[in-house]
Parts: sequence; structure tokens; C-alpha cells
Amino acid sequence: MTSLDPRIVRLLLAVGAPVLALGAAFAITSLVLLVAGDPVGEVWSTILSPPETRNVVNIINAATVLYLSGVAVAIGFRMNLFNIGVDGQYRVAAFAAAAVAGEAWLPGVLNMVLAVLVAMLAGAIWAGIAGLLRATRGVSEVISTIMLNFIATSVVAFMLRQLAVREEGSNIVSTRPIPEGSRLPGIPFGDLPNLEIYGFVVVAVAVGFGYWFVLNKTRFGFDLRATGRSAPAATASGISVRRMTIATMLLSGAIAGLVGMPLLLGSSYAYGSTFQSGLGFAGIAIALLGRNHPVGIALGALLFAFLDEQSNPLQILVGVSPDIVAITQGVVVLTVVISYEVVRRFGSRLEQRRVAAALATERASGTDDKQEARA
Amino acid sequence: MRRTTKLAAVLSTAVLALSACGGGDSESDSGGDSGGGDAGSDIKVGVAYDVGGRGDQSFNDSAAAGLDQASDELGLDFQESEASDGESEADREERLRTFAEAGYTHIIGVGFAYSPSIAAVAPEYPEVSFAIIDDEAAVGDNIANLVFAEEQGSFLVGAAAALKSESGQIGFVGGVETPLIQKFQAGYEAGAEAVNEDIQVDVTYLTQPPDFSGFADPARGETAATGMYDDGADVVYHAAGGSGGGVFEAASQADALAIGVDSDQYETADPAVQDVILTSMLKNVNVAVYEWLTAAAEGDTPTGTTRYDLAADGVGYSTSGGQVDDIEDQLEDFKQQIVDGEIEVPTTP
Repeated sequence: MTSLDPRIVRLLLAVGAPVLALGAAFAITSLVLLVAGDPVGEVWSTILSPPETRNVVNIINAATVLYLSGVAVAIGFRMNLFNIGVDGQYRVAAFAAAAVAGEAWLPGVLNMVLAVLVAMLAGAIWAGIAGLLRATRGVSEVISTIMLNFIATSVVAFMLRQLAVREEGSNIVSTRPIPEGSRLPGIPFGDLPNLEIYGFVVVAVAVGFGYWFVLNKTRFGFDLRATGRSAPAATASGISVRRMTIATMLLSGAIAGLVGMPLLLGSSYAYGSTFQSGLGFAGIAIALLGRNHPVGIALGALLFAFLDEQSNPLQILVGVSPDIVAITQGVVVLTVVISYEVVRRFGSRLEQRRVAAALATERASGTDDKQEARA
Repeated sequence: MRRTTKLAAVLSTAVLALSACGGGDSESDSGGDSGGGDAGSDIKVGVAYDVGGRGDQSFNDSAAAGLDQASDELGLDFQESEASDGESEADREERLRTFAEAGYTHIIGVGFAYSPSIAAVAPEYPEVSFAIIDDEAAVGDNIANLVFAEEQGSFLVGAAAALKSESGQIGFVGGVETPLIQKFQAGYEAGAEAVNEDIQVDVTYLTQPPDFSGFADPARGETAATGMYDDGADVVYHAAGGSGGGVFEAASQADALAIGVDSDQYETADPAVQDVILTSMLKNVNVAVYEWLTAAAEGDTPTGTTRYDLAADGVGYSTSGGQVDDIEDQLEDFKQQIVDGEIEVPTTP
């Protein structure tokens, strides 16, 4: 091992961690299936079977939504802020955007842009409350964002009742649907009709790039990461931790506001009682899985979307509860965290050994020199 | 560290080997459940439940009961799938498509949440028949809408509550404040007022949409009902699905009465609280499912709206436990008046 080029070792370690994690998750889930007496082979062959075109579209669409959620959480993580409130933030934002866009005050595309801006603003304000509490009163953002999630549920429910419209004969309540001209057209995929990828996928990619750029290439990003590593050190070098806390939460909330937009502008066109929930919590898992890296988050989102989509027929075709996939997802997150730690320690021990060996030879040759000089 | 890697390697190898073994006998397992009957029908039925699925002791279970009955009598080949909490519209559509692609000829969406997905998927599979319960918004040539006159059944249990109440104050606990549950409330209030104009009806809902946890939160149901009993109500009607167990518990502690919903809850409730159940408002989802499947098996699948009301015995009240025996004449009289159209029951409170 020690004879290998350190760069190759580092690459192997980087690849090793996720492979180890997935392998372990696979093993644990299989054990659960075995204990439950379910057909292990059939379950995996269903989940791992190549998805059809229509499933590919669903996977990409679901991953788009999950990706935005993952990035929103990751922004907080980079600054050592645990924004559990993405869930509430995106629901408040999606509702606000749906309510405003449904009124159609602006024509066509302008209305759509307005909806997205309203969503980002609403998400930022909702997250900003937690940021402000943290910065001014030292309230843990973990507690305040959880509380804000509950408040978001009630506020949205109350507001929805005020604005609700109801189709004749339907029991679903929702906001006024967004007019056709203000909907975001999808990108056709494959040769089947009605098969479209959310147009918002472009925005998601842009958000991913922007996340990478702002964090790694700007002063703000440097301040953010520095504060995340060590707040006292950041203060010592002239960074206002309070301002960074609020700014990070605002940014995280604004991106969280985008989470519901692919759904709102691309498929449901209204916020109602069947709008997808729980996306913020999935985002936490995906950010962990992707190690807060824009590409890592994308892979994590695709993996989760893949598992979700492929689990749907499990109950129908194999007779196994799709909950098994929820178990797999949970186990993946755990094993990723553990295996990264394992690999990190393994890597640092390798490094120590390499340095020690190098030092030993240096010292050995150094004493030789001295002895030679003495002689 | 190396030991961990070794262990992981051993584990994954073992698992791969095991799953390979599992793959061998996969052909013998045909997947679908087959009914026990010997008549044998060539329709294949897929049932997509709402959150909770079979075993929720409420709405989904009622549909499952109708499915079981049809399957026993007709020997249907059927398969079930249930929704997960907070899933996306795409997930619901995909569930229906999976059924259609796998060759299921008759697909039932249990609950109004399937309305948009059935409306979207049904046109793609014109040869497949769809049915949706509790929704009239999804319409199409191959869609049957099975809806209920919940307000009529609720009217009768409202009358029963007013007849049994000594304090002149009764309560209503709704699970989630949706238009559907408001129909229960409207009928209940109208029935109570038909007996006693001055009756006071306390109304509370456990949650507001899109928070649907009010249908599965017995603790909250108990708190809400206890509040009503403490306040002087002596009969409480719940339309709160799984939260209703808490309402019965509260009634038992307050030594008062409660009214069940959807199925005859006297039969399914915990024996400790059985004697507080005055009656239950029956919403015979099982009858609707059974009738649709029977007609389908005979080759004549109904489409369009079928309304299950008092006249069709789609809704009603239960008599097990014998607590309404003394007022049954009066209730039957109200029932006749509703069937004859002399009483028109409101659908909104």
C-alpha cells in the first residue's frame, strides 16, 4: 500500500467510501428481507431492473426536486447550521407562489417569474426567522426550524382555507390553478406523448453550479466555510459571524423555496391537499449522502429517486411492501456517514505511516551525514 | 479498519450469494393473490389504497372487505398496493400505470386523492376500467365514480344523538376539515335539529388539510372529545378514521356515549369501550366495491357516477349493541322521509 502513489491512494479511498456504504446498505436490507421472509432475489431484481422510458422521466423529475432540497440543506451544513426547516420553508414558499401565480396579476412568463421570486422570498423569510433568532438570541436553529415546520403546516392550512377553490364533485381543496400561459413547459423525452422532463431541471443545474461557484470562488463563500470550520477563528479574522448566520439562513431558505417549484410549475399547477410533502427531510439525507458536494448531491438525489421509482411496483409485482426502500434509504445514509468516517481514519493512518516512514529515512540519512561529517 | 473492510466484503459476498439463491425460485412465485372461489373470472383486479391501506380499521378496510367478498364469491385474481404518506402525484400515477402495464383489467382507486391521477392515466389505457371512490371530478368513458350520501347517514345518527341526549348538548369530532368530512357534519347537525330545534352541537376538527394526520391520531381525538364531555355534551359523533378510538376512550372515561363511523365499530372496537358506542354511521364502501366488481365480472362494467344513498343502502346506521332499539321506529321514520324526498339533507354546514 505504502508504495503506491499517494494520489492514487486518495482516489481509491474516495471511491471506496460510497462503494462500501452501498454494499453495506445492500447487505443490511437483504438481511431485513430475509428476516421478514420476503423473496430477496426478486426484490433486488425488480429494484435493479433497467427502468423504462417513462420511469426514467419520473426519476429525473423526482431527482430535480430532491436535488434542490439537498442543496438548500447543504448550504446550511457548510456553515455548520443544521437547517431542518427546509420542509416548512418549501411548503410556505410553494403555497405563497401558487397563491400569487393563481391570481394571474401579470401576463404569461412574467407571472411565472413572479411566482419563482415570491417562492424564494417566502422561503428566505421563513428561514430568516430562525437565522435571526440564532444570531440575536442564540436560539439553536435545530429547535427553531423544527418548530417553524409545525407552524408552517398550520399557517398554510389556515391560508389554504381562505383561498381554497374546489372543483365540482371533487373533495380536493387547492389554490386557484395557474393559468396555462404561465406554466413552465417540459422538455420532451423519448417518443411517447405527454412524457416530459420538468423544464425546471435547467434551473436546478444552474443552482448546483451557482452553489459550487459561490462557495468555492467568492469571498462570501470563503467567509461562510471559514465560519463553519471555526467561528472564533472567523471572528478573529474580521468576519461577522452574526451576519454570516443570517445570510446563510436566508440563502438556504431561498433555495428551499425553489424545491416546490418544479412540481407547481410543471405538474400540479396549484397548491392543494395532495401536494407532495416531506421533501425537506429527504434533502437532509441527500446532502449527507452527497457530502455537500454539488455533484455528490446530484448523485444522491438520483439514487433516492431511482430507489423510490423502482420500489413502486414492488407491492404489485412481488408482493413486498415498498417500505423496504425506505429502510434501504435510511441504511444508506447511516452507512455513508459511517463508511466515510472509517475511510477517513484509515486514510489518515496511512498518511501518518507514510510521513513517519519518510521522516525515519530522512533522520537515518541525516545521522549518516552527521557521522560522515564527524569522521 | 481492515477488519471492517473484510467484514463488509464477506457480508456483501454472502448477500450476493443469498440473493442469487433467492432468484432461483422466483418463477414459482407468481406474485398476485388468487381468490379462493372456484367460479373463476377472467378479470384481474388492482386496488390502490390511500395512506394506511388494508388494516386501517376504517375507510381502506371497508374497501378491502368488499374486495374480499367479491374475490371469495367470484374467484377474482387481485393485487393490492397502498400509498405512502406524502408521496407525489407521479407516484400515484405510476402505481396505476404499473397495474395497467401488468395486465390488470380493473383498477380501483380508494379515496379522492386518486382523482387527478385517474383522470390522467385512464385515457392512456382505454381497455382498462377504472373506479374511484369519493370523487366525481375524474370523468371518462372508462371511469366509474362511486360516491356516497354521507350526509343522509349522518342525519340519522344525528337524530339518534339528539334523541339520546339528556343535556341537550352533543358533539362532532371531524378528522380533517375537508369538504368530504363537512358533509358528515352538515347531516349530523340537520338530523339533531330535526329532533330538537334548540340542541347545541359542538364541532371541532383535529387538523386542517394538507395535514391529514387527524385521521390517524387517537390521542388528539381523545383530547378533543374529553373537552366536549367536560363541557356538557353527552353524545359525540366522530368522523375521524383511526382517531376515533380516542373518542371512544374519552366517552368511556366520561361515562357518556359516542357514535362510530364508516363501519359497524361496535364489532371492531376494543371490548372495554364497546358499551359506549350508541351506533355507527355506516358508509358501505364494501358494498360499492363489491357491486362494481360483480358487475365487472359479469362483463358489464359500470361507468359514470353511482351514488350510494339511503335508498340504495349505501349508507345507514348500525344497531348492534342494542342501544338504539328503543328509538329505531323514529329513525326508520326519518329514513323513509329522506328516501321519499320529504327531507332534503344539506351537504354543507
